[in-house]
Amino acid sequence: MLVYALVAGLLFGLYFSLVGIGLNLVFGVMRIVNLAHGDFLMLGAFIAVGVSALAGFDPLFAVPLAFVVFVLVGLVLYYLLVPRLQGSVDPEMLSIILFFGLSQVIEALTTIAFGTSERSIDSGELGKILAGLRVHVFGGDADGPVELLGQSFPTSWVISAAVSVVAILLVYVYLYRTRLGTLTRAVMSRREEAFATGINVDRVSAVAFGIGLGLAAIAGVFAPFMFGSVTPAFGEDATVTSFAIVVLGSLGNPLGTALGGVVYGISYMVVQTYLSSWADLLPYVLLILILLLRPSGLLGRRVRVA
Amino acid sequence: MPSALRHLLFIVAPLLAVFAILPSVYENHLMLFNFVVFLILAQGVNVIYGFTGYLPFGYVGFFGGGAYGFAVMVMHLHASAPVAVVVAGLAGVALGLLLSPLLRLSGAYFAIANLAAALAVLHFVANPALETITRGPYGVSLTATFNPNAAYAAALVVLALTMGAVVFLKNSRFGLALQSVREDPVSAAMAGVSVVRMRVIAWLASALIAGLAGGVYAWYVSVFFPDNVFSGTFSIFAIVFALFGGVATIVGPIVGVLLLYGVYNLIGFTTPQYFQLIYGLLIMGLVLFLPAGLVSLATRRGWHVP
Repeated sequence: MLVYALVAGLLFGLYFSLVGIGLNLVFGVMRIVNLAHGDFLMLGAFIAVGVSALAGFDPLFAVPLAFVVFVLVGLVLYYLLVPRLQGSVDPEMLSIILFFGLSQVIEALTTIAFGTSERSIDSGELGKILAGLRVHVFGGDADGPVELLGQSFPTSWVISAAVSVVAILLVYVYLYRTRLGTLTRAVMSRREEAFATGINVDRVSAVAFGIGLGLAAIAGVFAPFMFGSVTPAFGEDATVTSFAIVVLGSLGNPLGTALGGVVYGISYMVVQTYLSSWADLLPYVLLILILLLRPSGLLGRRVRVA
Repeated sequence: MPSALRHLLFIVAPLLAVFAILPSVYENHLMLFNFVVFLILAQGVNVIYGFTGYLPFGYVGFFGGGAYGFAVMVMHLHASAPVAVVVAGLAGVALGLLLSPLLRLSGAYFAIANLAAALAVLHFVANPALETITRGPYGVSLTATFNPNAAYAAALVVLALTMGAVVFLKNSRFGLALQSVREDPVSAAMAGVSVVRMRVIAWLASALIAGLAGGVYAWYVSVFFPDNVFSGTFSIFAIVFALFGGVATIVGPIVGVLLLYGVYNLIGFTTPQYFQLIYGLLIMGLVLFLPAGLVSLATRRGWHVP
């Protein structure tokens, strides 16, 4: 029971890291609270549903598609919204309200286009092109669950966790091994000084925003498998969960979010196993506790002066 | 004539008179009641956001807490409705005290933590494990105190108190001190303003207002579920109404509620998703083009807006 909870928690946690990492990137670089983050997850999930149900492909093909589409969407949205927002008196606060408005627009448009019914994908669909490889590595038959430490887990969980690890590693490479990443980290730490040294802050931020949305959409591709189904209203819950994960980890460091996600995933699974009726409370209580106890260390800037 | 008296005579008194007379000439009492509730909530947001700069994204936590304070008093202690409304206000204050450490956070961190707090209260109240006290997710039914006319009158009293508080803030040294803290806490502290005490008082006043509003709401509707009284819509509507009109003024939130909630009642009920779309676009336009609200159209021309 405990082993199952721990391993399932780890698998979910790796996936949760991917859920939060785009939000982390956007907040770190732009000091913008993307309250529409969960809605981009939801849109990614709808892309997966489209690829799987309409075209009949493996939903894994939705990963590159969702990423490219939402990087482009992010670039457009950035130039439409953010420069104007940054010019206002209190961009951080107003961003909350602005992106809340955006999330309403996305939810409404999706509802108008697809209705409010729940969408799901048969979990056997995910990774069917890899089935041969899987049988080779883990043994068992192509449709059955994956055996890990003597417990069996749905194949879709393992694939989601694996893709999440790859995505997080790529984010690490982007931030720490490329020139653009160095510029991005410069903007993260001191926006004004980065601007003064001649960095094209707008371009760097726009790319980071696009990548942030792209990562959210990738996470969304796996949402139908990890959460069972998605509706256009799924975004709101996803946003709050993402905040809990990002706050748990540390800001601006993808490895921090990975840690936050894993801690979150494991504690969620353990609470769900032993105290299931209180599991819903966990993200919120965790979020408040972390914010109160370690606001400066983990995420916050303590600004109260007196 | 001192300006406080002028504000009471020419803004507050006519508003109260109009809402006292309307039920006898207009059929839809529920809608009028909702107008009064949103006037109260928008002014409550005004007290905390307008005068201190803290954005209470989970303002509904106090409202729902008040509603459940009312329900518990009536169900278990068989209190009379007016007593239960007072207790509802106190429940809001108690919750505010419990959450006052959140004031250490700044900007977006406060807003997110407050949102998480409201959701935590919701999941706590709605937990099936507490069914004997709050009836958990199954909702409460308060037939003993059902009396919409008295509840409407009580709502007007709460509105009068709230408006009185805003007029006080607008015309007193206390309100001026609060605004100085919002603009620059260090300078305010240097000028002898007790920053922490001021903020906590404004925060508790705002919590009291929402708690009382929740109490009269519970009295009026008498049957409700946790999801009704903790609906994020209350927070969002109150914030958007207040912002749309313009915060830190007396008339701004009133104008916001009358205009936007009026529009909502015209188109909202028949096609919710189209309304959501318009609403989202309206919010985005507001933040991008009129971040200081409708009143800024007047203040930009140098007109004084109370």
